[in-house]
Amino acid sequence: MRSLQDLIKLAEEHGMGLHEIIMTVDSEATGVPTNEIYNLMLSRLKDMRRSTEEASRNPNPCKLVPNTGVLIREYSKGAGMCGGFLLKASAIALEVASYNASMGRIVAAPTAGSCGILPGMLFSWEEFYGKGMSDLDRKLTEALIVAGAVGEIIANRATLAGAEGGCQAECGAAAAMGSAALVYLQGGKCEAVSNAVALTLKSVLGLVCDPVGGLVESPCIKRNGILLAVGVLAADMALAGVVSLIPADEVIDAMGQIGKSMPASLRETSRGGLAVTPTAKRLSKELNLQ
Amino acid sequence: MPVWDIIGPVMIGPSSSHTAGAVRIGRIVRLCWGEEVVNVNLYMRGSFATTGEGHGTDKALLAGLQGYAPDDPEVRDGIKLAQESGMNFTFYEEDIEDAHPNSVRIEIWDSSGRRMDAIAASLGGGAVSLQELDGFEVDVSCLLPVIIIMNKDVHGVVGAVTMYLSSHGINIATMKLHRDSRGGLATMVLELDGNESKVKPEEIEAVHDAIVRVISIPGVTL
Repeated sequence: MRSLQDLIKLAEEHGMGLHEIIMTVDSEATGVPTNEIYNLMLSRLKDMRRSTEEASRNPNPCKLVPNTGVLIREYSKGAGMCGGFLLKASAIALEVASYNASMGRIVAAPTAGSCGILPGMLFSWEEFYGKGMSDLDRKLTEALIVAGAVGEIIANRATLAGAEGGCQAECGAAAAMGSAALVYLQGGKCEAVSNAVALTLKSVLGLVCDPVGGLVESPCIKRNGILLAVGVLAADMALAGVVSLIPADEVIDAMGQIGKSMPASLRETSRGGLAVTPTAKRLSKELNLQ
Repeated sequence: MPVWDIIGPVMIGPSSSHTAGAVRIGRIVRLCWGEEVVNVNLYMRGSFATTGEGHGTDKALLAGLQGYAPDDPEVRDGIKLAQESGMNFTFYEEDIEDAHPNSVRIEIWDSSGRRMDAIAASLGGGAVSLQELDGFEVDVSCLLPVIIIMNKDVHGVVGAVTMYLSSHGINIATMKLHRDSRGGLATMVLELDGNESKVKPEEIEAVHDAIVRVISIPGVTL
């Protein structure tokens, strides 16, 4: 699977849903039957839901960053400007990313460092749009398959590793995958899925990976809680009919090329960016880190 | 990578390479050793040495050496559990110029004098490579079942082994051969398409006199 455009064309030619054609293509490539692929993805959804629940009552503190999800939950009861959907999604993402940093059990989506974004988007959607839906898990599993395919295409055309492409390849990719899932859940057309991916990725191009002290905490956790907003807005824009001038596949290629031109100091080595600020150096020294 | 590897693995955080990958390395090395690991030295290389502690790489390696999976919450207590089970372990840092940037050398021995030396690297996203075993190049991801055969370099060993596998209906996915010198020690590394349960290491050992040792590792999925 190398092209979102080809995938959409294939779905239209065969009169199949996006999730169906994705499972067919992956099945042909791996020899795993489509019903097994569906069940695997359903189990991923369940693991993701469990990690979200465990994360909301995580007693283990991170090394650097205090748990901020609870602040957003409290604040969202009032008049937050972003609205309930986004604040809920952000709270979940912050909690799951913190849970990951404190050695919690999570689903890498696509990576451990960006594991809060998809649960934030999917389970906020569940709360605001999916309540009482009889086939909720089927719908969410299909959305997760769509998100996975976007990740697969990014992996094949560019990269999903911060060490190769910076944070645009981790949290940026996760937000693009989530925006595709949201458009799908809202009943958007394939073209809107593709536009949501392009619009999200265009807005995160160049984002570097510069973790303080080499830990998956700062700025990673808060980037989970903030970057998903780009994906949510891109999904709404795409559903409204906004079209990305540059198609998704080409935006992904640009992302890969930008990652290649990034200096190593900004690709997960903690030798540049936020990681070498005076505060980061002081904190790393206090914790006896690199 | 298919969709279930993109959305996955399910793992104990915080890092797919430094935590989940490290657990898988420990598990694979334990499978190579074949029994409980009692004495072990771990030589951390590259970022396993510099950022390993912050990512729980030490806990993850020890948990893997005890047989835990990357998504087992016990990984968090990998060090404590190793101490409680009586494992003697020591961590060192090793600066090797051409070593993989995320890798570890693991030395295991028992009271009878048996020893094993393995080098493994974490490649990202939880994927790993068992690079060397007892000084021999192996270089397998261990996603598929693997058979490693060490033998004296004489003619006919490869034929005897492939004949055995063929007669048991097992398809070879990949095959690599190495030797230290002509007529010296050789290794054969075979990745199999499933059916590894039909493979009996002691039967393979018997197919040719020149075979010294056979190691069978079941596929360890992400």
